[in-house]
Amino acid sequence: MSMYAFQGAVELGLIYALMALGIFVSYRILDVADLTVDGSFTLGASVSVVCVLEGHPVLALFAGAIAGSLAGIVTAFLQTKLKIQPILAGILVMTGLYSINLRVMGSSNVSLLGEDTVFTWIQELLGEDYGSLVLALVVALVVCILLGLFFNTQLGLSIRATGDNEDMVLASSINANFTKTVGLALANALVGLSGAMLAQYQGFSEATMGIGMVVIGLASLIIGEVIFGNRTVVRNILAVVLGAVIYRIIIALVLETNMAPGDLKLISSLIVAIAISYPTIRGILNQRKLRRKGDRNRA
Amino acid sequence: MLKLQHISKTFNPGTVNSKTVLSDFSLELQDGDFVTIIGSNGAGKSTLLNAISGTFLVDQGRILLDEQDITLLPRHKRAAMIGHLFQDPLKGTAPNMTLEENLALSYRRGSRRGFSVGIHREDRELFRKTLARLGLGLEDRLTSKVGLLSGGQRQAVALLMSTMVTPKLLLLDEHTAALDPATAQKVLDITREIVSEGHITTMMITHNIASALAIGNRTIMMDQGQVILDIQGQERENMTVEDLLARFQAKSNKKLDNDRMLLENN
Repeated sequence: MSMYAFQGAVELGLIYALMALGIFVSYRILDVADLTVDGSFTLGASVSVVCVLEGHPVLALFAGAIAGSLAGIVTAFLQTKLKIQPILAGILVMTGLYSINLRVMGSSNVSLLGEDTVFTWIQELLGEDYGSLVLALVVALVVCILLGLFFNTQLGLSIRATGDNEDMVLASSINANFTKTVGLALANALVGLSGAMLAQYQGFSEATMGIGMVVIGLASLIIGEVIFGNRTVVRNILAVVLGAVIYRIIIALVLETNMAPGDLKLISSLIVAIAISYPTIRGILNQRKLRRKGDRNRA
Repeated sequence: MLKLQHISKTFNPGTVNSKTVLSDFSLELQDGDFVTIIGSNGAGKSTLLNAISGTFLVDQGRILLDEQDITLLPRHKRAAMIGHLFQDPLKGTAPNMTLEENLALSYRRGSRRGFSVGIHREDRELFRKTLARLGLGLEDRLTSKVGLLSGGQRQAVALLMSTMVTPKLLLLDEHTAALDPATAQKVLDITREIVSEGHITTMMITHNIASALAIGNRTIMMDQGQVILDIQGQERENMTVEDLLARFQAKSNKKLDNDRMLLENN
């Protein structure tokens, strides 16, 4: 792989890492499979391109994050107040967001060709070679630090406990509906920010760009945890970021082998399915081994 | 202190599974009372405690705690005043969080959770001192994940957590039943100590009739959602296990059929 392609993969990985951190917050911390992500990612991107076209690239990032968090709040409302199953609540919001994203963008795709973005700015400032990389790295680092600090505050502890043992949370006089809502808002704010960054990085946004984001995020999460471990929250956060970067490098390598890009989603799904079912498969194999051993001893 | 006025609860009303667990139930507790509750399976003991702690809302009647009407208060708001411990030692603690994180969460019971640091340095000192009292060696394991502790240790921690901010009312739902006898005795001893020290009004369900008579200052026996026996003072002191079983049979026209009770008293 050329140095140029490698650097591109790292940049993309750092941008997608924000989305993967969102998945980490919902899936690992809150213990909820939140499918809103496919929609809130595109929502962040849509809001971002609209703001960029109006000439506010930095504001675009914040607007993307806020839009994402609103989507998360809607999902949380469906889950906690209206008692819709978490998976379905996510699917409903994701599907509804498809229409909203088309409304926000005004068409199914918007190009930023020739527009000022945060990436063109930073390239003017730091040079074309490393500008984008530095920006992606700085944003990812700042988000990691803030997340690490947040999950050790009282509110952060309450949110972590909500995913761990809801009974205990209620018994500690914490409103679990509130902590779930804050958690999902935070998760989707990260996802929205990721979409907003990506739209400016690649210079366009389209209605279908969020498809499969949940799976990509989970794959990054699992790759990171397997390689770097998840003993503490801070370590887990760093593992997710590194996992997202490694995932992008793997994709870049796969793309070099002349494989059809359309097959990538299938591969991502397989990675996630195998990784999540790994303990079960290992259990079945161990049991087989024991049984065979027993048979042999009896014979 | 605690007043239950004519409370009723029917689960699945209007269906074939309809079951009235509490009907027109009234009870009044004095400040500092330690009430032990016994009764057959399905007598409504756990339902009574759940109604008080707010797991569900009652269909009728009022619940007053310290003159405050808590009948319609959601569970997490009542939890600021009421500690509730269950038989399952896994219910009271968060397994994937550390011991100090668990304690920190319950230490802020009743106050708002904001963006300030979760665990202050002086908190750690307090946690260590509180844990040392248990005599289980937990004071050196503040940063261990609670999931690594044994069932007895977790129940002891859960007990600390529900009493660290002294509650107005402590509800114990057979909280030693899932522990081995030695650990159960230890947790029970700690319970008595904490309750008497904090002068906490307590209700404890137990299947052990002997300890129901030995612990606390008042014993009530429940059957079919009603109090069928309520003893305290001299009458309670003179009561033996045999007397109590006889009284139960006379009142309810049946034998006490709590399976665990029978096993332990035969």
